[in-house]
Amino acid sequence: MNKTTTDTNLKKLKKNAYRVSKVRGETASRVRCPGGEIDVDSLQRVVDIARKYGKGMVNITNRQGFEIPGIDLKDVEEVNKALQLIIENRNINQEEYNGGYPASGTRNVVACPGKQLCPFANYDTKKFAQEIDKAIFPNDHHVKIAFTGCSNDCAHTRLNDFGIIGMSEPQYNKDRCISCEQCVKYCKKRSVGALKVVNGKIERDVNKCVGCALCVNYCPTRAWTRSKEEYYRVVLLGRTGKKNPRMAEDFMRWADHDTVKKVICNVYAYLDEYLDREAVESKEHIGYIVDRTGFEEFLKYIMKDVTPNPKCEIQGRIYWGGKRYDQNNELRNSMWRFSEREDAVVLKQGE
Amino acid sequence: MGFVYKTEEFNKVLEVLEGNYRIFAPVLKVGEGRFRDTDVIRYDYISRIEDAELEERSDFSFKEILIPLSETMFYFTENEIKEADYDARPVIVLMRSCDIHAVKRLDQMYTGNGPNNDWFYERLRDRVKFALIGCGKACPNSFCVDMGSNKTDEYAFSIDVVDGKVYCDVKDDELFAAFEGAGGSKDNVEPRFVTEAEFKVTRPEEVPIELFKDPMWDEYTKRCVNCGRCNFVCPTCTCFTIQDVFYTDNGRVGERRRVNASCMVDGYTDVAGGLVMRKTNGERMRFKVLHKVYDFRKRFGYDMCVGCGRCDTVCPEYISFANCINKLNARVKEVTENV
Ligand code: SF4
Ligand code: SF4
Ligand code: SF4
Ligand code: SF4
Ligand code: SF4
Repeated sequence: MNKTTTDTNLKKLKKNAYRVSKVRGETASRVRCPGGEIDVDSLQRVVDIARKYGKGMVNITNRQGFEIPGIDLKDVEEVNKALQLIIENRNINQEEYNGGYPASGTRNVVACPGKQLCPFANYDTKKFAQEIDKAIFPNDHHVKIAFTGCSNDCAHTRLNDFGIIGMSEPQYNKDRCISCEQCVKYCKKRSVGALKVVNGKIERDVNKCVGCALCVNYCPTRAWTRSKEEYYRVVLLGRTGKKNPRMAEDFMRWADHDTVKKVICNVYAYLDEYLDREAVESKEHIGYIVDRTGFEEFLKYIMKDVTPNPKCEIQGRIYWGGKRYDQNNELRNSMWRFSEREDAVVLKQGE
Repeated sequence: MGFVYKTEEFNKVLEVLEGNYRIFAPVLKVGEGRFRDTDVIRYDYISRIEDAELEERSDFSFKEILIPLSETMFYFTENEIKEADYDARPVIVLMRSCDIHAVKRLDQMYTGNGPNNDWFYERLRDRVKFALIGCGKACPNSFCVDMGSNKTDEYAFSIDVVDGKVYCDVKDDELFAAFEGAGGSKDNVEPRFVTEAEFKVTRPEEVPIELFKDPMWDEYTKRCVNCGRCNFVCPTCTCFTIQDVFYTDNGRVGERRRVNASCMVDGYTDVAGGLVMRKTNGERMRFKVLHKVYDFRKRFGYDMCVGCGRCDTVCPEYISFANCINKLNARVKEVTENV
């Protein structure tokens, strides 16, 4: 049974951060929480909206927002008014008071817990995520950005257009080092193995070191400390999807805050220029556009007016992997099909 | 004789003292803690009293001045040995009451334990004077009162900074002139001591030999990660290990170092032939705890631990040394009452 026959502009509805539901006449409100953070008053408001206008359930989204399903299309204006408190508390740029969210293309900016909570973090991921949200939102371009505190990448930045991974440069005070080798052990077991003992003191392979600062966490004497400077690894154009899912690839390492921020902000001019106007719902992963224009053109745009910090290393050319399903939908190693294994029957029986 | 100074006046005292002494004090090292944007308080040289951290207890103790974390003893070539240079200028160390009590333990181990004194320790020790930092409040996890280390009168002078004024009680005649010449007013000054600590600790009088293999230690085998932090921060831990470093492949040129060691980390009880005396962390914990609050007493008549509480604060696994003493005491009671 149709709940409503309202004449609704779905394009406008989606831009207003509502999802079109499969249930005719219903929609879902998407609540933006940059950095995956929400205050309890806003959270209470999410609950109140879900109770009053929804069906008493809330979805937690993959990108750290909330989604309130089961909202009747005729209630959208009321829900927008109710969202005002959340929009203000979360400090989201808005165009019209009581008008809800002004865009949905640029997705919620994700962040791992970062230095406010996590012992391994190298910077305040949430704060940086919120700063970036302030700088880029609202925007209709489909851009995914994630911040993670260290190379553990709990925020899965490798599946985003821009992934920002925190780094510290470990500082070594040899006079405090007692050669217990705990840094060596943990760097090897839990990171990349960039440390070794030379004449009773520690040497760091500066090229191999990923700046995770595990050595700092595990050194019992404060011989290792973090650099005062916070650095970032920037990874580019990862994505999920039907055609060519792939991991983001390294673009910069040891970049500083300003470099990162400028590079991210610059992507919008590129999208204004090159987005395929014929793209379905004007939505296209940036990676596909880069495949069309070539990486050089993309690089020209994102590096515009950027003066990278001296320590920052930048990759001049990037190749991405991932399977091209538009070219080959076979299971990758079809000669090793399970059914063709001689022992397949045995394996199935679990013997 | 006591003096009360404004901060600038007291800095003049330090300026004069610096003519003959280096001043070694707890200093807040911003951003040098384990985690991003956490700090650590450890000892370093200062020139102004504002640079010293006098409110909170230091994470690492003063002992680094007497037993450096890593120290080159001498250099050797094929047929020569050259003693490493060291800074021979006298030092005044600012420290709390419990730490002044800890000096007695260090002296005991290095100069009162067997026929030979430790020459490297003595040459540093002879150049050090101790100044007392008064305690306005008991430090977190400390149990100095139960260990009897909360008060002392063995100091060259005392410092209590209260409401922007510096209160000093000066006992050392050699330093007197520096204090008298700096302005400030004369007054009767008593350093502050705490008389009630946060945590109560009861030590067992006797520990029966059965407790050596008691299951109470198993818990620590599971919990402790043998990082050694509890030892490195402890003002009364004295263990070190010797390292010979060869600059060339033929092993004829190099240096000998000594570095702090820990009875909790791997390698401490390894002996020739590959034998490891205390394999499990529970056994190591037993050794440490009994040494600190029992075995040392059997030998020297007083306990080694001064109850500063640093080991509890630093343990990444939230293992409380203080609570372990209480558990030990309870266990001793159980075992002896059941006999
Ligand atoms: S990515 Fe690093 S900083 Fe962030 S939650 Fe994971 S371990 Fe912590
Ligand atoms: S920062 Fe990480 S990779 Fe670099 S030396 Fe330390 S533990 Fe190893
Ligand atoms: S963990 Fe610290 S003290 Fe131990 S070897 Fe490494 S730097 Fe030296
Ligand atoms: S600090 Fe804690 S975990 Fe580390 S060795 Fe001591 S008791 Fe064990
Ligand atoms: S054992 Fe712990 S409480 Fe006792 S002196 Fe050492 S650090 Fe302080």
